[in-house]
Amino acid sequence: MLDALTLVTGVAALLLAAWCGWAAYRDQPTKDWHFIGMAVVSLLALVQLVIGIVALARGEKPDQGTTIFVAYLLGALACVPAAAFMSLAERTRWGSVTVAAGGVVLAVLEVRLFDIWGG
Amino acid sequence: MATTEDKPARTRLIGGPGMLLVWFYGVMVVGAVSRSVYQIATEFDRAPLAYALSAAAGVVYGFITYTLVRGGEKARRAALVCCAAELAGVLIVGTWTLVEPSAFPDATVWSDYGMGYVFIPVLLPLSAMYWLRRARTVTP
Repeated sequence: MLDALTLVTGVAALLLAAWCGWAAYRDQPTKDWHFIGMAVVSLLALVQLVIGIVALARGEKPDQGTTIFVAYLLGALACVPAAAFMSLAERTRWGSVTVAAGGVVLAVLEVRLFDIWGG
Repeated sequence: MATTEDKPARTRLIGGPGMLLVWFYGVMVVGAVSRSVYQIATEFDRAPLAYALSAAAGVVYGFITYTLVRGGEKARRAALVCCAAELAGVLIVGTWTLVEPSAFPDATVWSDYGMGYVFIPVLLPLSAMYWLRRARTVTP
């Protein structure tokens, strides 16, 4: 369950990165539709956090330790919203680049989460 | 960000590409600080030098992030100095880890020139210094 969600979140993050990268390439700031995309990706990260905590509560143990696992889940949740706020403050193509970078960072976090959980 | 708007005289360092820099520095702060706090708290004896260096890197990243957000000529200069220190740190620690791996039982943020972080630690100070130098010429 967690593995599938990790994969989906990672792919969604990369799609978001590509989408915002495209906006940046066309010299556009992030628009409403982009923010809906960011909300979807953030929601996936939130669901992942909840499922991760439920898995921990049921006594399952991540391979590389509970603290690191929870820290990465929280980081994954905060990642895209933080980039979204920064793109609100920066209404140029560079705001779009920032969200694209946020998507890539989230994808990296998902790969790490997969390793930490022990795939 | 309210402070930069209150005083228009202060050079804004987070416009345009600066925002992207703040993002990457922010990510590195969270990465380096949380990593070193965890490692120092749980297994400091295993590789004290490596973990202390990661913590130092986190502090430097934190300070640069703060100066970028704050803006102004003084902050710009302070950020430039810290970026130079950061670059020197990456180069020295990177070389050190390659020449004498035995001193580092575990990796630091700056091991192998930041290879574990897709070389962001070595690319970031270079792009930041480029950006900070350009920010000066924009100022009246």
